Amino acid sequence: MTLLTILFDGVAYGMLLFVLACGLAVTLGLMNFVNLAHGAFAMAGGYVCAVLVNQAGWPFLAALPLAFLASAVIGAVLERLLYRHLYARSHLDQVLFSVGLVFMSVAAVDYIMGSSRVFMQLPEALQGQIDLFGVGIGRYRLMIIVICGLLTVGLQLTLAKTRFGSRLRAAVDDPRVASGLGINVPQVFALTFAFGCGLAGFGGALSAEILGLDPYFPLKFMIYFLIVVTVGGSSSITGPFLASLLLGIGDVAGKYYLPKLGPFVIYTIMIVILIWRPNGLFGRTAAR
Amino acid sequence: MTMSTPPEIVGFHARRTARWHWAEFAFWTVLIGCGLLFPSRYLIMTEIVRLGLFALSLDLILGYAGIVSLGHAAFFGVGAYSAGLLALHGIVGEPVLALLVAGLAAAVLGFATSFLVIRGVDLTRLMVTLGIALLLEALAERFSDITGGTDGLQGIVMQPLLGLFEFDIFGKVGFWYTVAVLFVLFLLARRVVHSPFGLSLRAIRNNPLRASAVGIPVNARLVAIYTFAAFYAGIAGALFTQTTQLASLDVFSFERSADLILVLVLGGTGYLYGGLIGALVFKLLQETFSILTPQYWLFWIGLVLVVIVMIGRERLHRWVLFLPRSIARAVRSGKTAAGGAE
Repeated sequence: MTLLTILFDGVAYGMLLFVLACGLAVTLGLMNFVNLAHGAFAMAGGYVCAVLVNQAGWPFLAALPLAFLASAVIGAVLERLLYRHLYARSHLDQVLFSVGLVFMSVAAVDYIMGSSRVFMQLPEALQGQIDLFGVGIGRYRLMIIVICGLLTVGLQLTLAKTRFGSRLRAAVDDPRVASGLGINVPQVFALTFAFGCGLAGFGGALSAEILGLDPYFPLKFMIYFLIVVTVGGSSSITGPFLASLLLGIGDVAGKYYLPKLGPFVIYTIMIVILIWRPNGLFGRTAAR
Repeated sequence: MTMSTPPEIVGFHARRTARWHWAEFAFWTVLIGCGLLFPSRYLIMTEIVRLGLFALSLDLILGYAGIVSLGHAAFFGVGAYSAGLLALHGIVGEPVLALLVAGLAAAVLGFATSFLVIRGVDLTRLMVTLGIALLLEALAERFSDITGGTDGLQGIVMQPLLGLFEFDIFGKVGFWYTVAVLFVLFLLARRVVHSPFGLSLRAIRNNPLRASAVGIPVNARLVAIYTFAAFYAGIAGALFTQTTQLASLDVFSFERSADLILVLVLGGTGYLYGGLIGALVFKLLQETFSILTPQYWLFWIGLVLVVIVMIGRERLHRWVLFLPRSIARAVRSGKTAAGGAE
């Protein structure tokens, strides 16, 4: 394994983390809601995709959009029913609530799908490696980089250029003034929340191959999502993006060069960064 | 009406609220009574008492100082492993002494990490506490030659308590030992939270800015209580190892920290008994759910959490206290009516 391959795998991993966590960047970073249950939406997407591919025989690429849709619908329903009542509550309440959701999702998926790891049947075209200038590049990881790269650009453009993007930024900056200007703030939040959940579900479906998919997914990767958001800060989408790339490359390189230390490196770096810059590397303030 | 409150008045009110209520005597009597009445249930009762002590530790920082921690299991784990290693290598054989050493080890860690925790806002605190617990778990897994890795510490043999009482398989000695430790630490915590120090903590919880404006050294107080709470958590962990003769990686797990918050929330924060009552309710719930669906009790625990938050913690406590309060009111009005008739 060469340095370039590690870098490539790290970038793919980082991109994946970004897609998984960017919904959380909005709820946690911008709306200041501590949502520890974000991984549950990713898991939901992953399982929907796995059922469609493995049991219904759908092609993998056709099942991906459905994973997005399923998670987005679940997210929208939960937001309307539960989450929106808790935006103004204390962080302790939000933590309790979302931990409760995680526990429920873990046990429910365990009950329905069993506790063993789920494997996705990938199409032939996505398996194996291609050789590019002497660097072995996994096809699946290449696809992830392409899809996630396009998504990132799309998100950045949506936030910066479209009317919805400016509405969202206004609603986040000052909900009162925004609603005074006629922006339907709850609706904007609900749509954003649902979209973020959808992206998480999409990421969950993509990540089944790389991160592994089992009922404990939301607990295992919770800390990674949180790191992306807290380290990346919340001023823009680039902060979390760079943070997830750093995290991805750091994690892959750490596991390769210092396999014995395991996740130790990542946690240490996170704590050091949070002590050094409590609002994240690229952030202004996480809590207003 | 003077602008400032004279210290005597503050002292008077502090002493009045610090006085032992009859319900507190009843609580401890019931606890000891349970120990005498149900000798076949020592093991589960030990678990409840130990969990209560652990929750008491969290209450000290969450209920009194307002620090939300997602990684309180870190100190529990350090206490558990310290006690296990001390007993395994015969460094400190006497359990009570080993308990203190393990508690101190956790307190040292608490002191060292408190400086990280008091920085920043709620969110950073959550992340840092969670990160520290995960870090310790990763470390314990890494240094498996010391900790036993995923197998945990095995072959721990406890020496007799104070050189007199042998730990028996029914857990009788373990139970009374745990209760005694809980009671001593409870008295200490009670003294601390009713002292001027404890009052200043409540001021910090309610408004750190104002607290510092009236001259309370906010950071120093938070460091002190965090270290103190870590000591308690370490003791709880050490009790875990000593009474079960087991220490494995899951002492650091996130689920343990999350369950702990649930325990405290079930019992209510900020009055010391919350953790103890919560521990009882939590274990009862856990038992009930385990009987209903052995493998999936986690689902019901999660549901309880969601429901508690959706209803609202204050409202729930008002509902629970509705009956006792209305009885107390009826008794009181009955008394005054009787007094008026005479």
